[in-house]
Amino acid sequence: MLILNCPYCGVDADETELAPGGEAHIKRFGPGSSDDDFEEYLFMRENPKGVHFERWRHANGCGKWFHAARCTVTLEVFGTYPAQTFEPPAELSAAISAKRPGWTWRTFS
Amino acid sequence: MSKALRPSDGAVWTDGIAAVHQHVAHGMITVRADLNTAPIKAAITSATGVAIPAKLSIETGADAALCWMSPDELLVLCDADQAGAVTKQLQEALAQHHALVANMSDARVIFSVSGAQARDVVSKLVPVDLSPDTFKPGMLRRTRLAQVAAGLWMPDDDTICVLCFRSVSEYAHTILKQAAQAGSSVFRR
Amino acid sequence: MSARLPKGGRFIDRSKQVKFIFNSRALKGVEGDTVASALLANGQTLMGRSFKYHRPRGVVASGAEEPNALMNHGLDGRFEPNQRATTTELYDNLRVETQNHWPSLNFDIGALNTKLSRFLPAGFYYKMFIHPRPLWKHVYEPIIRHSAGLGAAPKDRDDDSYEHFYTFTDVLVIGGGIAGLQAAKTAADSGAKVLLMEQTAHWGGRAPIDEDLAGGTIDGGSVQSFVDQMVADLAAMDNVTMRLRCMGAGIYDHGYVLGYERLTDHAPKTDGPRHRLWRVRAGQVITATGAIERPLSFAGNDIPGVMLASAVRDYVENYGVSPGDRTVVVTNNDSAYLTAFAMKRAGLDVPCIIDARADGGGALAVQACDMGIRVERGKAIASVKGTRHVTGVGLCAQAGSGAVLEEIPCDVVAMSGGWSPVVHLWSHCGGKLTWDDSEAFFRPDPNRPPLGADGQGFVSVAGAANGAMGLGAALEDGGNAGASVRKAGTTSVTRNVSSPEYAPIEPVWMMPHGAPYKLRSKAWLDFQNDVKVSDVQLAAQEGFESVEHAKRYTTLGMATDQGKLSNINGLAILSDALGQPIPQTGTTTFRPPYTPISLGAIAGEAHRERFQPLRQTPMHAWHDANGADWEPVGQWRRPYAYVRPGETVQQAVNREVVNTRDNLGLLDASTLGKIIVKGPDAGRFLDMMYTNMMSTLKPGKCRYGLMCSENGFLIDDGVVARIDDDTFLCHTTTGGADSIHAHMEEWLQTEWWDWKVYTTNVTEQFAQIAVVGPNARKVLEKLGGMDVSKEALGFMEWRDGTLAGIDCRAYRISFSGELSYEIAVPANQGQALWDALVTAGEEFGAMPYGTETLHILRAEKGFIMIGDETDGTVIPQDLGLHWAISKKKDDFLGKRAQERNYMVDDSRWKLVGLETLDGSTLPDGAYAVAEGDNANGQRNMQGRVTSTYYSANLKKGIAMGLVLNGPDRMGEVIDFPKTDGASIATRIVDPVFFDKDGEKQNV
Repeated sequence: MLILNCPYCGVDADETELAPGGEAHIKRFGPGSSDDDFEEYLFMRENPKGVHFERWRHANGCGKWFHAARCTVTLEVFGTYPAQTFEPPAELSAAISAKRPGWTWRTFS
Repeated sequence: MSKALRPSDGAVWTDGIAAVHQHVAHGMITVRADLNTAPIKAAITSATGVAIPAKLSIETGADAALCWMSPDELLVLCDADQAGAVTKQLQEALAQHHALVANMSDARVIFSVSGAQARDVVSKLVPVDLSPDTFKPGMLRRTRLAQVAAGLWMPDDDTICVLCFRSVSEYAHTILKQAAQAGSSVFRR
Repeated sequence: MSARLPKGGRFIDRSKQVKFIFNSRALKGVEGDTVASALLANGQTLMGRSFKYHRPRGVVASGAEEPNALMNHGLDGRFEPNQRATTTELYDNLRVETQNHWPSLNFDIGALNTKLSRFLPAGFYYKMFIHPRPLWKHVYEPIIRHSAGLGAAPKDRDDDSYEHFYTFTDVLVIGGGIAGLQAAKTAADSGAKVLLMEQTAHWGGRAPIDEDLAGGTIDGGSVQSFVDQMVADLAAMDNVTMRLRCMGAGIYDHGYVLGYERLTDHAPKTDGPRHRLWRVRAGQVITATGAIERPLSFAGNDIPGVMLASAVRDYVENYGVSPGDRTVVVTNNDSAYLTAFAMKRAGLDVPCIIDARADGGGALAVQACDMGIRVERGKAIASVKGTRHVTGVGLCAQAGSGAVLEEIPCDVVAMSGGWSPVVHLWSHCGGKLTWDDSEAFFRPDPNRPPLGADGQGFVSVAGAANGAMGLGAALEDGGNAGASVRKAGTTSVTRNVSSPEYAPIEPVWMMPHGAPYKLRSKAWLDFQNDVKVSDVQLAAQEGFESVEHAKRYTTLGMATDQGKLSNINGLAILSDALGQPIPQTGTTTFRPPYTPISLGAIAGEAHRERFQPLRQTPMHAWHDANGADWEPVGQWRRPYAYVRPGETVQQAVNREVVNTRDNLGLLDASTLGKIIVKGPDAGRFLDMMYTNMMSTLKPGKCRYGLMCSENGFLIDDGVVARIDDDTFLCHTTTGGADSIHAHMEEWLQTEWWDWKVYTTNVTEQFAQIAVVGPNARKVLEKLGGMDVSKEALGFMEWRDGTLAGIDCRAYRISFSGELSYEIAVPANQGQALWDALVTAGEEFGAMPYGTETLHILRAEKGFIMIGDETDGTVIPQDLGLHWAISKKKDDFLGKRAQERNYMVDDSRWKLVGLETLDGSTLPDGAYAVAEGDNANGQRNMQGRVTSTYYSANLKKGIAMGLVLNGPDRMGEVIDFPKTDGASIATRIVDPVFFDKDGEKQNV
């Protein structure tokens, strides 16, 4: 039963207030894209052991989607941030590096 | 405190450790707009006479209250009779802006739980810290009431208003009464 | 023979007699008794039968760890099996029955199994019942199922109520013994908010008894007076909450803890909920859960009368009950000497203390000798005499192989194999253990705690649970744990503690050390599941070397007590058999809850009519009063049909179907989702959401639209109305309102966040009524207020206006092929409009109709229904909906997916109408068979039924289905086998069965 801080309303939300939304930072491929790109977009996921970026919606709350950086092994939460972005905030990446030196996730590190 | 936060009483149930009120119609208007934009804030305030509330809080005026629902959503509470007029005022005030105003007075219902044990009763149903040092009058908290979405505020220290959708009002009423059943005090048995 | 002692008993009030019924026998106990202590007081030592061999069993323990004394408790709506007699508090007219025997507790046919035990070794079921295969289903399984389970399953609905309670605290202390009390006090003194839970009805744990017997003191006073003072001090603090009868059941991620509070189990006539599940979020958790005494493994250690040494003195000291007159104590550590002292103090006989340690005990042993008790060092029990009760023990050398030196008559054997810290809660959320060689137990490894959201440990352990044995150590450890979580700096109190030193324990995993098979096969490890030393050794021999495998193979620790007594002994035997040290074998996984908790507590308020929210439309009460046969649609309840007196449901449906086509039907359509989409980019956004072009829709007009997921599959449909340049109102299916609104918000917030669009779900704001049939316009004209003529309100248009004096929005849309309007009014006026329509419609033959008529009317017209024709694998092209898929748009959700090769494959099944040759109605979900078999030897398939109804208008069965190359096979007859083996010959036809030219709706 996780607690995640919603970056929009500031509430430390119980997991039962939240709806999970799978991996974060997935780039959409639409008409005209190659089969490989489209497959990557629809189906291929990181599913890592360790540092992970994922989407959550504060469904029973302010209704906003946000991103969370979390360790899938210890469930440590490194931070949450608004979903309107293409990459994690630099200070969050740095904070993760301090705790998990050498981490990588897709193109981030 | 403004009567906007205290809808007129309907039926009241008093067979338990807290009273459960089922309130009659109240004015409720949804406003979606960028609450960080000065002209939009000014327009809403001019239409309602109430300042824009801070995150998770409620601003109350003489005839209306503004509840912060999300970074781009407010719920305006007012007298049921005024809902149509306030909706129109808001629509006109925001006509030149990107905004959505909808009279939702019939979409939701309001219950309240009152008495010295009101916080304990509602704490049986919501995953939120309702202790007096963390939840107090002037705040609005959207959360989950057992299995349905709900909003909570306190018109006074001993009363918690519970806002939920109309279609689940019977469910909400039933579980609130259950949570307040006789003999179920958490701290005074 | 066990009996009530003339005096003593900390917990009982002898002046208050309590009557109870045991196996239909009326017995008496006193207030403060447990069922176990009351039965012992009545001389009843036989309390159950074991699971596998039906061996007679007595009570072993005095608390939550009890494996044997499990009983069926209560009657009817309050019946519950497998209740531990040791934790069930006595109340007036309590009713318990023993389990797992036939015909009676005293004479049990199943006990024959014990004679067969040589033939029922570990893994017996796996080995025996695998051959011959065909016997499994009809012979083995029914017999095995008959003998499975201990207690009886409840037959009646639970009469009690339950609740949850969410609470947030800085510090949660689990366990109200001296370490827990000290931890709570130290933490609370710093100002932290503290919640303290104790699973029993008493504070103080076992230190008050043990130290009273040992002569231990705190600050010069008794431990009991210390406990009383601590409880009083804590109770006076505003920042402390204390709960008795509240067990810490499980510790989960991010400081989430479940507490299981038993409110009325001890007083069932009290008002209020029976159990309360505390859903705690704690900043820090301190588990001060104590330790559990281990049995010793000697032959006959399961015979009634053999008990844990600590339990024996608990019954004497707490309940004033003697388990027997002559108690032999057998031990490998000093604590069991306290039992001898307790028996002596109660005036009972202790013929011998058998200490397996060659060097014997410490100060307590000296004291025992001084009291004149015979103490035998380096000795062991070879075997226990007796069948239904202990009659004596055979004394032997611990170092030997069991040659009996002397028989000592006795009726109680008090055993102690040492203590195991209760590390369960620490382990639930990932805390790791370390093996303590000197104390011979696993204890929490403080360097590997469970981690919280911040990556730091959030659980600490205090007292015996932490391996801090002894009065001084436990208190100090409790203080340290409390201090480590405190908010501000207060120094922990130093107390002046005096208690005798204990001599070191000597691990004894088998008694005697060289016991031959004959003894090992009678030395029980797991009493409830009948697992013996020899079973674990056999498992190791057969290659089950992992402790998790050995557990499942032998069922060691898999009973309702989850191995609280047996785990450590079992894995020590396994380690010995494998020739490896105990830490290398490790433990099995500790999972919550600590002891079984009621399903009611887990459900909380979600019970009976509160099981789930049932959504009601504004006209719900009217429907209910007018014969509605309810159908669940998601969480909504919608009328399936309005059944009149004397009608069957099918007759009602047939009447509604015909009347709507011939006269006038009224449908409560309020459940349909309604979402406002507004903003300068609203058109562009809806072009992405829908497969059709929505941005070209003119204000005042409506358009039917399809929504697909990014996978290309059809997820929803509905009519979109354009309100003004910037505003659209999107109708969704009944089940889709919330999910489609969330779907829209997801794309707006996470993909196109720069687009200026706001949405809001207004479903609940409106009541919507479909007015359907040839007389639809007439009734609306009669209500009056707005022009609903063909010219003023054409097909697929909407207008605002008033009807019957109510402000409304009227849509001219049709899901039936009839002349049809849908009228939306504010929800609170829905009933008024409905009443007006019913009254005004009387002369036009108005009747309400339900969802089944809605379905039949749309099926007659070949309209698809989300959830019938779609199942998450169907694309619009499968349904012949190409006309609703824009070819002009560069992009919409699902477009790219619909270009994948699998989606454009000609062999996808396509929508057709289906008409049986004999006019019968096809079974729902039936499959059409094709020639040949597939790789699994099943018939090949070529299609399936998606919707099927009897149409009273057409007087025959009609259906739709997805069929291989269906649209190219019009007129062809295919076979749909039924479950009874017969087949229905069915012709592939056009899916539009009625009014193909749409003349009826365009009037």
